[in-house]
Amino acid sequence: MTAPLHDTGAAGTAPTDVTADMPAHRIEGRSPGRIAWMRLKRDKVALAGGVVVVLLVLVAVFAPVIVSLLGHPPNEFHEDRIDPLFGTPTGKWGGMSSDFLFGVEPVNGRDVFSRVVHGARISLLVAFLAAFVAVLLGTFFGIVAGYFGGWIDSLISRTMDLLLAFPQLLFIIALISVVPNKLWGFTGSGVRMGVLVVVIGFFGWPYIGRIVRGQTFSLREREYVEAARGLGAGRTYILFRELLPNLVAPITVYTTLMIPTNILTEAALSFLGAGVKPPTPSWGQMLSKAVSTYDTDPTFMVIPGLAIFVTVLAFNLLGDGVRDALDPKANR
Amino acid sequence: MAARGGPPGGAGRLRHPPGATARPSTVLAYLIRRLTAVVVMLLIVTLATFAIFFMIPKLTGTDPALLFVGKQADPAAIEGIREKMGLSDPVLVQFWKFVEGLVAGRDYANGVDVTHCPAPCFGYSFRNEQEVWPVLTSRLPVTLSLAAGACLLWVIGGVAAGVVSALKRGSVWDRSAMSVALAGVSLPIYFTGLVSLAIFSYALDLINVDYEPLTQNPGKWFESLILPWITLAFLYAAMYARLTRATMLEILGEDYIRTARAKGLGEGVVIGKHAMRSTMTPILTILGLDLGALLGGAVLTETTFNLPGLGQGAVRAISDKDLPIILGVTLIAAFFIVIANLVVDLLYAVIDPRVRLS
Repeated sequence: MTAPLHDTGAAGTAPTDVTADMPAHRIEGRSPGRIAWMRLKRDKVALAGGVVVVLLVLVAVFAPVIVSLLGHPPNEFHEDRIDPLFGTPTGKWGGMSSDFLFGVEPVNGRDVFSRVVHGARISLLVAFLAAFVAVLLGTFFGIVAGYFGGWIDSLISRTMDLLLAFPQLLFIIALISVVPNKLWGFTGSGVRMGVLVVVIGFFGWPYIGRIVRGQTFSLREREYVEAARGLGAGRTYILFRELLPNLVAPITVYTTLMIPTNILTEAALSFLGAGVKPPTPSWGQMLSKAVSTYDTDPTFMVIPGLAIFVTVLAFNLLGDGVRDALDPKANR
Repeated sequence: MAARGGPPGGAGRLRHPPGATARPSTVLAYLIRRLTAVVVMLLIVTLATFAIFFMIPKLTGTDPALLFVGKQADPAAIEGIREKMGLSDPVLVQFWKFVEGLVAGRDYANGVDVTHCPAPCFGYSFRNEQEVWPVLTSRLPVTLSLAAGACLLWVIGGVAAGVVSALKRGSVWDRSAMSVALAGVSLPIYFTGLVSLAIFSYALDLINVDYEPLTQNPGKWFESLILPWITLAFLYAAMYARLTRATMLEILGEDYIRTARAKGLGEGVVIGKHAMRSTMTPILTILGLDLGALLGGAVLTETTFNLPGLGQGAVRAISDKDLPIILGVTLIAAFFIVIANLVVDLLYAVIDPRVRLS
């Protein structure tokens, strides 16, 4: 699940090999990757975002452990915590107590804390995997379009335009509504998650594809590409060994900025009933339930909303920091 | 309008050889080419939507005719509907008939039982056998009201906040505005919407959010849309403020701004005339894309505030598996997106003198 992060993290230092062995004897040679890392370390706000992101990933990975220590199983009903007359949680603040840290859900009394913690899994898993799909497709088609030009470029560019012109959200919910419950041996939530990942990723790749195409366009005329060609390097070698390492910076920036968008999309789809199926907990789904109870139990609305907000904000802060750090024009 | 251009030749997106002027015939040719592209684009969107909604049920064994008449219908009724709606034709034939119906209207015939559906014919709702087009047109004004008001708010608010932030870079105003903007892009519409409902409609009881059309009751129309407008505009204003600030900062560092200042122009003219003009170009690009794609945001806003617009209609249709309505809304949305893109491209030529139509 954290694969894209590790990938980009490791790849972010890749340009080191390209520039670090410049003749710099006593002076410490700073590779672009190191300069970026130093800048990022100085950016307190981005670091704070990064710390929150790491914490969230840990929460998602260890959700069952956390819940077994601090909460109740996510699908366990606690009707004794519910006012039988109004269906609202008993006690103040949506039934918050040391036993139920974030209170209980109206009507059935499920533990909100454990549902929010488990919701983080769905949210992050879908967002990361969809970003991975988008980066894979976007990088491949972008680099191919930019390097070969001509009709290949026209075809890929028009396809990207077309995808960007699609009413995505509508299209995705409609698509999900016709996808069956059983597909390729998966059932229930597994199918939905797979479809979510593929569809969100599929509609996301043109954004990365455009950037990569533009960059490739200018890079392919550089001397080092010509040199590689002169030395008899094949197309695949030039594309993936010469060009790709130099595209790592923009790809990293757009990946970090794409993850929060994906989280919002997943939550929006769940909100509209096109996310993972209940009873699997997800944040958007909790909010859509809160639509009918916001007047009687505002706590139940605020908790999942804050979960989405904090997560997206943390990724945005980190993404902005990464962008500033990797920007060659910045001279802080 | 587009024929009036700057000096011949020029830099930027110029495609034809230097020296070529934008003659009226070139503009006409450009328009024709673009309009053809628009039509092709819409056809492809229709085909894709069509294929997905009519093929996937087939692959998974759900019969569209069953969706139409309901599961308990007798075989004869199902066969009748299938015949009448042409559901047993190959998908491409169905697609062709659908497009034909859009352009010229079509007749659904089943022996003597003929139903005429005038152009633009989007077919009949699976649920209540209403024509789709009137359903769409009755919902469109709600979405347009929502979009227009929100757009006005966010462009004015976002651009103004961005410009002031750029001019007073690093000030308290800049920092607080950008913090609010960052929070704004990180908040889901349906959450801010719910919170505003809880505060203004429920706790304070200030605003009644039951929608009424503008033509019936302008006061209530306005009242019911205030919260949705602000909610939707807040998200976009935040994005626009960030974008405007970044663009403005970049442009203020350009040589021609220095030149303008050096030749003694007042700061108002330098910013208002020279810098703003270039700043507007990327804003306009995004605006075109956003206005077209606004239906996505409208889906969430309309669902949250229970507004009877297109987005809400689509969500209901989806839970009803009412394919013709979904297809209709998707097509209308795609139509707005391509048209918005076309208008933006034409406006470029007006705002940015470096751009020639090619």
